[in-house]
Amino acid sequence: MSIFVDENTKVIVQGLTGGQGRFHGLRNRDYGTKVVGGVTPGKGGTDVDGIPVFNSVREAVDATGATASFVCVPPKFAAAAIIEAAEGGITFIVCITEGIPAQDEAITYNRLVEDFPGVRLLGPNCPGIISPGKCNIGITSGDIALAGGPVGIVSRSGTLTYQALYELSQQGIGQTTCVGIGGDPVPGTNFIDCLAAFEADPETKAVMMIGEIGGSEEERAAEWIKLHMTKPVVSYIAGVTAPPGRKMGHAGAIISGSKGTAQAKMEALAAAGVHVCLNPTEAGQKMGEIVKAL
Amino acid sequence: MDLFEYQGKQYFARYGIAVSPGDIADTVDEAAAVAERVGYPVVVKAQVKVGGRGKAGGVKLAENVDEVRMHAGNILGLDIKGHVVRRVWIERSSDIAKEYYASFTLDRQNKVHLGMLSAQGGVEIEVVAEENPDAIAFLSIDPVRGLDLETSRRWVNEAELDEPAREQAAELLVRLYECYTKGDCDLAEINPLILTPDNRVHALDAKVTLDENAAFRHPEWEEFRADEFEDPREKMAKEKGLNYIGLDGTVGIIANGAGLAMSTLDVVNQVGGAAANFLDIGGGADADVMASALEVINSDPKVKAIFVNIFGGITRVDLVAQGVIEALARVSITSPIVLRLDGTNAVEGRAILAPHLNEKLITEPTMLDAARRAVDLANA
Repeated sequence: MSIFVDENTKVIVQGLTGGQGRFHGLRNRDYGTKVVGGVTPGKGGTDVDGIPVFNSVREAVDATGATASFVCVPPKFAAAAIIEAAEGGITFIVCITEGIPAQDEAITYNRLVEDFPGVRLLGPNCPGIISPGKCNIGITSGDIALAGGPVGIVSRSGTLTYQALYELSQQGIGQTTCVGIGGDPVPGTNFIDCLAAFEADPETKAVMMIGEIGGSEEERAAEWIKLHMTKPVVSYIAGVTAPPGRKMGHAGAIISGSKGTAQAKMEALAAAGVHVCLNPTEAGQKMGEIVKAL
Repeated sequence: MDLFEYQGKQYFARYGIAVSPGDIADTVDEAAAVAERVGYPVVVKAQVKVGGRGKAGGVKLAENVDEVRMHAGNILGLDIKGHVVRRVWIERSSDIAKEYYASFTLDRQNKVHLGMLSAQGGVEIEVVAEENPDAIAFLSIDPVRGLDLETSRRWVNEAELDEPAREQAAELLVRLYECYTKGDCDLAEINPLILTPDNRVHALDAKVTLDENAAFRHPEWEEFRADEFEDPREKMAKEKGLNYIGLDGTVGIIANGAGLAMSTLDVVNQVGGAAANFLDIGGGADADVMASALEVINSDPKVKAIFVNIFGGITRVDLVAQGVIEALARVSITSPIVLRLDGTNAVEGRAILAPHLNEKLITEPTMLDAARRAVDLANA
């Protein structure tokens, strides 16, 4: 099984007519994802390589029955696009947009929680979600993923998500679902949401968790793992050598005072029984040993 | 972007928050002129983006022009924790009856805004939080609803600010929240917020961090940027739109994505090297971006080897490879370059590079192999 999406998930792409939206939307479709429509205001009635384009999410949902949306629009318009998706009847929103103001993210997150409790937002500033062989929403290159499980991946960083997929696929270890939750300060979906879903998924036998410096989500995940997780977890935390007080690319990746260091996160995870590794390759190898012993 | 105190005060003033009258000065003569204009006594304050200015001798009271000249002369050029003072802020000295603390920031754990207010200001809030946590009144604010005056009044009462300060403080906090939200701050902090003996409340300091992601809707931030004094490597990188942080090692790093860039630093460190920088070329990087990145790294004389670590997602490896070739044609790169390329269009990318490979342009199959090779070359 997969989490959040499956082979029947119908997806629309908000921003399908833009350069990035077209490239990745068509790549998702070529992967086998049911990409049933695109949304660009003012371009309704046209199509992108056979995929119909609508003026609004509501129109697209009415015409196609889509339940998921891939938001691929510039930062200025992203918050409005996410809300439009929720208002239009979408229940799973993947937003890859990088550079959305934190104030917009804070308002958008809380509006979804208050007005659309059944809607899940993944991202922003994330690579998306891929359930190998079934569905790929976002910018992950499908050819580095391997179908069949038994590993679930959850990661805060885009490129490290690819690295994790690659390390496992190279060893012939498949993935049930790989979720990139994104590196921004207000992620719609967090580690615990994904860990809980993997724990509940019978096909997922072990979980790879990739974190990074900043915030306290890894520490909270460690607490949750200690109390609820029965499946083995392997983790890698990026940013051991990051200097304090500097934003390491991601808005969320900043060590403030003694808070948010890689060291503190690794210690919390190790104390929760997680296999903590020092680089992505080591994490891949450790997962190899665990899967072999299953 | 962190603002200097004087910029923070200018920003506060835009939102109607009371600050002391004052102006900036870059020379002793300018300082004297500002003090004459503002009126004595004045405070001469070092403008550096680091705490502990007072203890370092960066904040001095002056009663007359001779004292202003003496203090400005001492403070300008002073090194405070590695930050050299290039500018002072001179403001009319305020009599202080009470010192408070106020700030707004994002509560990442609960995904709401967090206000912190304390009747014990003027000292580091971390110390108050440690020694006397009950002295801080925390307020969680729903970003959708915001902060209204009624709530602010209750908050001020809860924090037990002195009676004469309460109404003014409640109004000022609503304005500070406006500044924090509409002004797109990651942090808006006043420490100390003071009550004067004649019962006026105003901001005696300003600590503001702006959210760079919101720069598109704040043309007024340009003037703050113009006044930034930064590492020349970081300045050059910023002009080219790159996400760069200068460090002290010998291995130049170029990676796509913040996580991979951080991980690259870690791995270089684990195999016995030290990174000269953090450089994330971001998503969708093309040939121009790659060429700019190599130019910035090349300008750092400490760099002995360059490690380009790319895992294509939204970034296409073929475009990155193209960028490397273009950069090599544009500038003469002094250090050897070790590349590791995987992900979207990696096969095409490697094919583009193949005819150009030599002892100064090397590819390695994995991140660890490439890190070892780059560190060997840097240490050779």
